Amino acid sequence: MNIVNQLQRQFIDFSTSLHREGFVDDQFTQLQKLQDENSPDFVVEVVSLFFEDCEKLINNMARALEQTQGVDFKQVDASVHQLKGSSSSIGAMRVKNACISFRSFCEAQNREGCLRCLQQVTHEYSLLKNKLQTLFTLEQQILAAGGSIPVVD
Amino acid sequence: MAAQGRQGGRKSNKMTALVVDDNMVNRAIHHRLLDNLGIESEAVGNGKEAVDIHCSGRTFDLILMDMDMPIMNGIEATRKLREMGIRSTIAGVSTRSVEHEIREFIEAGLDDYQEKPLTMTKLISIIHKVKG
Repeated sequence: MNIVNQLQRQFIDFSTSLHREGFVDDQFTQLQKLQDENSPDFVVEVVSLFFEDCEKLINNMARALEQTQGVDFKQVDASVHQLKGSSSSIGAMRVKNACISFRSFCEAQNREGCLRCLQQVTHEYSLLKNKLQTLFTLEQQILAAGGSIPVVD
Repeated sequence: MAAQGRQGGRKSNKMTALVVDDNMVNRAIHHRLLDNLGIESEAVGNGKEAVDIHCSGRTFDLILMDMDMPIMNGIEATRKLREMGIRSTIAGVSTRSVEHEIREFIEAGLDDYQEKPLTMTKLISIIHKVKG
C-alpha cells in the first residue's frame, strides 16, 4: 500500500470513529459535501468560526455564572441556546447534547447544575477541537502526498 | 453581476436571497448552501437589519428568517415585512419545535418553515416555493 492509500485509510478510519463515538453526526458530513473546488477550505473556515463562537459563548456563560449578586439565568440560557444552535448546524453532536442538558439546569435556575454543565460543554469542545484538528491534518497530508480526500458517508 | 434595485428592476436572472440569522456559523453555512445552488445571497444579523435593508429599496426572491434574534426577532420582522408589502418568499428556519411557537411564526406571514439545521434537501424544498 503506498503512502497515499495509507493516509486515506487512516482518514477513513478516523472519520468513522468520530461518527461512531458521537463527536459528529450526519450534519458534519453534509458540510463536507458542500466543499468543492470553488470553496476548498469551507469546512475548516466554518469549524474555525464555530470554535471562535464557542469560546466567546463559554466565556459569557462563565462570567454570568460567577455573578455573586445573583445569576441571570436568562442570560446564561441565551448563550447556551446560541451554542446549541451552532453546534447543531455543524454537526457537533456531543457539544449539542451537553447544551440540551445545560438548558434544563438554566430553566431550573440551578447554579451548581449549570456549573457542572459548563464544565461538560468546555470538555466536549476541547475534545472536538483536538479531534477535528487531527482530521484536518490528515486531509493536508493526503493532499500534500498528491491524493484526494475520501468521501466518508 | 449582483442583482439590485427596486422590485422587477434586476439586471441578472440569478435568484437572490437574504439570510437573516444572528449566528455567524449559520450565516456561513446558509450562504454556502445558497451559493452551491447558484443563488446570490446577503446576510444580516437580526430582524431590524432585515427590515432596514428593505427600507433602503432592496428586494430579494427569498428570505431565510431565523426566529430567535436580538433587537427584532423573526416573528416581528416577518410581520413588519408583510405590512410593508414585501411579497418575497419568506422561509422560517428555526430550532424551535413547540407547535404553538411554530404556528405563531407561520401566521406572521411565512411561506414555508423548516427546522434547523438546514440541509441541501430542505433548501431545495424551500426553493420550489419561490414565486415568479
